[in-house]
Amino acid sequence: MIKCENIFKSFEGRTVLNDISITFETGKTNLIIGRSGSGKTVLLKTLVGLHEPDEGKIFFDDICYTDLKFKARKAIRKDIGMIFQGGALIDSSTVFDNIKLPLDLFTDQTEAEKRERVEFCLERVELSHAPHLYPSELSGGMIKRAAIARAIVLNPRYLFCDEPNSGLDPQTSIVIDNLIQSITREYNITTIINTHDMNSVMEIGEKIVYIHTGYKWWEGTKDDILSSDNQELNDFVFASAMAKRAKNNLL
Amino acid sequence: MKFFETLGRYVILMGKVFSRPEKWSIYYRRVIAELEQLGIGSIPLTAIISVFIGAVITIQMAITLESPFIPQMMIGYAAKETMILEFSSTVIAIILAGKVGSSIASEIGTMRITEQIDALEIMGVNSAAYLILPKIIATMIFFPFLAAFSMMVGIGGGYLVARMGIMLPNDYIDGLLYCFDSYEITYSLVKMTVFAFLITSISGFYGYYAKGNSLEVGKASTTAVVMSSIMIMIFNLILTQIMR
Ligand SMILES: Nc1ncnc2c1ncn2[C@@H]1O[C@H](COP(=O)(O)OP(=O)(O)O)[C@@H](O)[C@H]1O
Ligand SMILES: [Mg+2]
Repeated sequence: MIKCENIFKSFEGRTVLNDISITFETGKTNLIIGRSGSGKTVLLKTLVGLHEPDEGKIFFDDICYTDLKFKARKAIRKDIGMIFQGGALIDSSTVFDNIKLPLDLFTDQTEAEKRERVEFCLERVELSHAPHLYPSELSGGMIKRAAIARAIVLNPRYLFCDEPNSGLDPQTSIVIDNLIQSITREYNITTIINTHDMNSVMEIGEKIVYIHTGYKWWEGTKDDILSSDNQELNDFVFASAMAKRAKNNLL
Repeated sequence: MKFFETLGRYVILMGKVFSRPEKWSIYYRRVIAELEQLGIGSIPLTAIISVFIGAVITIQMAITLESPFIPQMMIGYAAKETMILEFSSTVIAIILAGKVGSSIASEIGTMRITEQIDALEIMGVNSAAYLILPKIIATMIFFPFLAAFSMMVGIGGGYLVARMGIMLPNDYIDGLLYCFDSYEITYSLVKMTVFAFLITSISGFYGYYAKGNSLEVGKASTTAVVMSSIMIMIFNLILTQIMR
């Protein structure tokens, strides 16, 4: 479980996050949705500690992360996996070394143990054929898979995904979404996914939070979302023809 | 005002860079990699520039000092002094600021805007130290060798043109040995060590705080080269005052 309470964050006097309080549930895919520029990435980075909130508290299970000093945070960082929007693989390292890096940094495993773990994760994301490739040689889908493998190599308890299927074709998007959801269930992880893709919402949305201009505008489940009477949410949701059809089927 | 703000941020970043590393083994491997990339990779450029400048300086000196009252060996002496005192440290440092500085700033800047630095931070890494410290160590170790190498190659270039008929090679060699003072070499290598720190830390700084898109990374890299060059000039003056 991850919980944030009354989070405020501003950059150079401009408020980007306004009084955000959310509880994200364990073993579920929690979705943060909203239009481009609404503050999703800033919220995600604030939750993991890449940005310091101006106000508010963040809890990882019972531990108040915002109260911890840098050293103490490292213990929680070990339990955090994150998938960045563009993958953020280290350009100068191969896929194999990218996935191995967290093991190098956090563990005292032998090279053989690390190799075994990396190979297991590569298999999990179906990249066993590509360990020797560099990020520049990968397709968009492969980059996301490698990023997922790196994020799960330490067996995280919390998984953060910033637009995991941006820039992917619809078919690959669904594969990536399903991969994240099955990993979440398999290891009972608290997963938080940023997305503006209604397909993802309908496929894997369990708990959904709608962010609008830095405010939490709405929260609920994917069944509620089609029948909400919130104007801004409806504008967002029904911009997609697929969601419109789903609503018509519901009626 | 802006200058002091930038200086402050630079000092804070250096504080992060020089905080105690969490795992030495990883840094060791990265230093080796940087020695290869930033150090060994700069040998060809240094060699080409030094041999030509050594040759040209010798020709210029031969023309300038052409007089029955000046012994020929003074040509070799002047060429040697120019190479050792200024060219092989200061000028080579400016050239390396262009090559190494821009590559460091654009590499780290690209890592910033593509969130690779965030990814490192999530992994609990002190990203500033992880990315910049190995480069600083590698260049501070290797650049003095480049300077020494440049002296030899430059003086060799001079010898080459001497052999081609500008002057008597033996006079040239006499000039090299005339008033030989090894402190001059020490002075030059110390300067180069300081310049290496300036180039790498300044370029790392501009890369690390890059934001926006690839255009901005390009600008950061240009600023890095300009600022490194200016700082090299300022510190050249300071070190010369102190050491000579
Ligand atoms: N580091 C930063 N400095 C200043 N402004 C920022 C920074 N990061 C994000 N912002 C601003 O915050 C707002 C929300 O951005 P973001 O969270 O990236 O939106 P999105 O919902 O598309 O992920 C944007 O207006 C953006 O310009
Ligand atoms: Mg975003």
